[in-house]
Amino acid sequence: MLAVLPAAVIAGVARRLIKVSFLLTLPIAISVVLVSVFTRAGETVLFEIGPFDATAEGVDFAAQTLVRLFAISTSIGLFGMTTDPRAFVLDLERRGLSPRFAFVALATLEAVPAMVERAQVIASAQRARGLDTEGSVAARLRGVLPLAGPVVLSSLTEVEERSLALEVRAFGRPGRRRLLWRLPDSTPQLLLRALLLGLLILAIALRLTGAFPVLP
Amino acid sequence: MLELSLASYRYPGYAKTVLHDIELRLGDGEIVGLVGPNDAGKSTLCLVTAGLAPASIGGVLKGTLTLDGTPAGGLRTHELAERVVVGFQNPNTQRSGLAATVFEEIAVGPMNLGLEVPETLARTRGAVARLRLEPLVERDPQRLSGGQAQLVAIASLLAMRPRHVILDEPTAQLDPEGTRLVGEALKALADDGTSLLIAEHKTDLLDGLCQRVVVIDGGTLVRDGPTTAVFEDPELEAVGVEPPARIRLRRAAQAAGLDPRVLAGART
Repeated sequence: MLAVLPAAVIAGVARRLIKVSFLLTLPIAISVVLVSVFTRAGETVLFEIGPFDATAEGVDFAAQTLVRLFAISTSIGLFGMTTDPRAFVLDLERRGLSPRFAFVALATLEAVPAMVERAQVIASAQRARGLDTEGSVAARLRGVLPLAGPVVLSSLTEVEERSLALEVRAFGRPGRRRLLWRLPDSTPQLLLRALLLGLLILAIALRLTGAFPVLP
Repeated sequence: MLELSLASYRYPGYAKTVLHDIELRLGDGEIVGLVGPNDAGKSTLCLVTAGLAPASIGGVLKGTLTLDGTPAGGLRTHELAERVVVGFQNPNTQRSGLAATVFEEIAVGPMNLGLEVPETLARTRGAVARLRLEPLVERDPQRLSGGQAQLVAIASLLAMRPRHVILDEPTAQLDPEGTRLVGEALKALADDGTSLLIAEHKTDLLDGLCQRVVVIDGGTLVRDGPTTAVFEDPELEAVGVEPPARIRLRRAAQAAGLDPRVLAGART
C-alpha cells in the first residue's frame, strides 16, 4: 500500500483507484469480516450476538486480511489504469512472447467493447421493432434476454471472417514479426524496476526467515 | 497470372456445390469486375480465387487454382498471402486488433511477412499515400467511421504488395469520394502489374475501371467479356445486375424518343 498509493497519486488516478478497489473488494471483505470476527477463536471477547462471540483476535485477523486484499486489488487496479494493454502486450512480444498469444490477449481485450457496441446496435434495432427494454428490473430482463442469442451468434459468425482476414495478412507465417517500435524505457524506470525487484526478493527472504510477521 | 480452371466448390458440412466449373483467368495488370445478384456465389468465388477456400475454411474444391504458374493447392496460407490477398466487405472484421494507430494497423501485414523495418515503413507509407490516409495515421483503428475503416482495410492489403488482389465489395461503405479514391488506387496497382478481381454491385465503378467483367449467377459464370459488351447486354438485368448509369440513361432517353447523341455530347 505504501508503494501503490503514492504511485496512484503521482499518476493522478488515486481517487478512481480507491473507489474501484473498494467496490471490487467489498463483497469478499464483508464475508471476511463476518467469518473472522465471529468465528475466530480468541480470549478477548468484544461483544456477543446470540451464540457468536466477536473476538479482538478475529478483528485483528480481519484487519490484516482486508489490508492484504486491498493491497492486491489496488496493485492490479493501478496497473490496469496506467498501462495501455496493447503497448504492454506488444512489448512482451518484442521480449519473446508468441505473436499468437499476443493476438489472443489483445483480441480478448477488444472483444468486450466490440460486444457491448454490437449489443447496443441489436438492442436499438429490436427497440425499433417494439421490444421493451426499459422499466423495472424484471421488465428489462424480459427485454434483454432475447438479445443475448443474436449478440453471441453474430460475434461467432464474425470469428471466421476475422481469422481469414488475419491469414490474408500472413499472420500464420512462422517466425518473429519485426515490430516497428519499442516502448520508451528510460534509465530511471529501469533502475526503479530493478529496485522493486530487489525489494520483492528481500521481502520474500524476510518472510521465509520469519523476520516478517505472519498471519496468526 | 492467376488462373482458375474447372473449379467447383462445396462448403464443409454441405452437400450442395455452390460453384460449378468456373473458368477464370486474371492476366497481369488486368482488372476484372465480378457482378451478379445476391447469393449468386460472388463471395465464395472470391474465397476460392484467393485460395482460402479450401486452404483455410475447408470444403471440397474440384479443379485447380494456379498462381503465376504455381499450383495453389500445395501452398500454406501464409505462402498464399505473399501472392494473393482478399478484402472483405465488413471492415470491422478486417481490423487486426494488434495496432494502436492506423499506421501500425496498415503495417501489420508487412510486419507479419518478417520484412526489415525500413521496408515495412516504405510499404506502409506508400499505402497511406495511395489512399490519402495521412490525416488518419495517428487515429485509433477502433474509432473510425465505416468508410474510413474500409479505406484502412484496403490500404492494409495494398501494403502487402501482392501480385493478385481480390476484393469483395470494397466500396460497400464508401461515399463517392472514397469510392473514387479506391478506384484510382486500384488502377495504379494494375498499372504496376497487379491483377485484380473486384466483386461489386456498383457497376458505375467497374465501368470506369475494368477491362473485363464476368457475371455469375447460381454459382456459374454466365458472361465473360469486355466491360462495355457485358454491360450493354440487354439480358444483364434479367440476372439481377443493374447496368451503369450511363447505359440506363441512354436507354431511358431512347425510350423517351430522345436522340442519345445529345447525352453523349453532354458528357463531353
